Amino acid sequence: MLLNQFLLLSAVLFCIGVYGVLARKNGVLVLMSIELILNAVNINLVAFGALTADVGGEVFALFTIAVAAAEVGIGLAIVLLIYRNRRSIDLSEIDLMKG
Amino acid sequence: MLAGIAPMFGAAEFVRPAIDWHAAAPELTLLGFGALITMIDIGWLERARRIAAPLASLALLATLVPIITLALAGDDRSMFNGGFVVDDYSLIMKATFVLAGYVVVLMSTDYIAEGDYWENEYYGLLLSSILGMILMASARDLISIFVALELLSIPAYMLVTWRKRDLKSNEAGLKYYLMGVFASAVMLYGMSLLYGASGSTLLVDVNDAVSEPASPSAVVVLGIIFVVVGFAFKVSAFPFHTWAPDTYEGSPTPVTAFISVASKAAGFVALMNLLFVGFLGRDDVFEPLMWALAAASMTAGNLMALRQTNIVRLLAYSGVAQAGYMLAPLAVAGTVPPDKALTASVTYLVIYAAMNLGAFAVVIAVARKTRSAEISDYRGLFHYAPGLTVAMTIFLFSLAGIPPLGGWLAKFRVMEALIEADTASGLVLGIFVAVNSVIALYYYARIGFGMWAEDAPDGDLTPVNVPMSLGVALTLTAVITVAMGVIPGDVVGRFTEVSLLAGG
Repeated sequence: MLLNQFLLLSAVLFCIGVYGVLARKNGVLVLMSIELILNAVNINLVAFGALTADVGGEVFALFTIAVAAAEVGIGLAIVLLIYRNRRSIDLSEIDLMKG
Repeated sequence: MLAGIAPMFGAAEFVRPAIDWHAAAPELTLLGFGALITMIDIGWLERARRIAAPLASLALLATLVPIITLALAGDDRSMFNGGFVVDDYSLIMKATFVLAGYVVVLMSTDYIAEGDYWENEYYGLLLSSILGMILMASARDLISIFVALELLSIPAYMLVTWRKRDLKSNEAGLKYYLMGVFASAVMLYGMSLLYGASGSTLLVDVNDAVSEPASPSAVVVLGIIFVVVGFAFKVSAFPFHTWAPDTYEGSPTPVTAFISVASKAAGFVALMNLLFVGFLGRDDVFEPLMWALAAASMTAGNLMALRQTNIVRLLAYSGVAQAGYMLAPLAVAGTVPPDKALTASVTYLVIYAAMNLGAFAVVIAVARKTRSAEISDYRGLFHYAPGLTVAMTIFLFSLAGIPPLGGWLAKFRVMEALIEADTASGLVLGIFVAVNSVIALYYYARIGFGMWAEDAPDGDLTPVNVPMSLGVALTLTAVITVAMGVIPGDVVGRFTEVSLLAGG
């Protein structure tokens, strides 16, 4: 079983995703970076599930896919709302309140 | 790869797991009412607006009935190999979520109706978020913790963005959403590693696997850190609190109350389920993590709260500090008997829910007249709203931990657990709690002084018009806040001294 390769791929995807969330200014690209992290999770789950011949990993991955779809639906709706109100989805311009 | 999957489909007989309908009754009741509100909204459209809020209140009170009957039956129940557990800890947390939700509905009734927002959807989403929370209280499985977390978060993202045309509300929603989704993605990555280390999604099995000395240590440590960090965002612990002030300021105030109390409590419940059932064997990993989060949250939260001029932002930073106090017992969870630490955190959560909801109810009431949340507009409140001033004083002093109010008992239980640990780190954390309580008293008392002793800014002494439902919310929270401190500790302890059923 080539578990290491799967884990390496997923770790790389995870890092690219985290980098994208932190560095990207475009709202849609940040959403895509979050998807990358979730796909890294799915690769992990399926690889571990296959390794231990346990169906739990695949089931977990299916839940992740379904919930991620709902999450991104809401995210796109919020980004669309912001585009409608200010004609831009540049996250660095959204600074009415200082955290 | 396929060789691994094939035997699973080859399983000849599928046996349906036994379902204990009484144990699942609270969730099913709330689900039924939530679906009913949504169906009525689709069928009746605008005509449904008048009954949406009463129906939501009814739903939450009806959900309380099976919770009470389960508490009276008194026995621990467990389903799905221990993935869904009903014990006294989960029941007290479910009751807290449902009552907090009820108070939020009372606070929302006039706010949402007068703002002409979308009422039917608002209450439907609120109920589904509460459904996620009460599910979380029973979840002892990685998958159900994840699904419950998303079920409570996704409606909350929408509620925060409820004022669609308001740029501040948009910004609050976007920040909450991005932080929340990023945190849950990181948490999921940690869960996938823990699943890999244990080969099962049940928390009991995870604990067995991670406690073994032979377990792959790096994977386990990384998994635990990622999961804890994911929930640190949810409970707005420092340094993962950056979304909280902006989100609190920009969202509709009843929703702010909801996410600052119910959503934070749900994050803590998930964290406690994981720590006490899933990771208890690895206290060498999570104790230092919790210690650092607790100490940093209290100190940073209180110091930043000192500079705030807006009361909602002040409550946001005070919420960061309060999260630190609630995390403190978890930092000694492996040293003292686990039930002791659990009791301290649960007591704090229950009392925090009452006093913080009450403080937000006063903010909503005052904003009905002043249309502002600036602290300077609270000056002279006593001269035109004495009742609100007394209520706000109770809540603020309770948050500061002044006896004989509820917040005092909460801090007392936390200190008790820390001192009983009798380790250097526990005692240092106790000193942190004590020093921070003094710092916090300064900014709470400053608001109190302005309300009682100073004059109203422009001499406008027209009284505040408090609608009945908001008045009920204020009375309910004030009575609970005072009662928790005044009633002898062993009576309160009957409700808050809990032990956790591991499941299985």
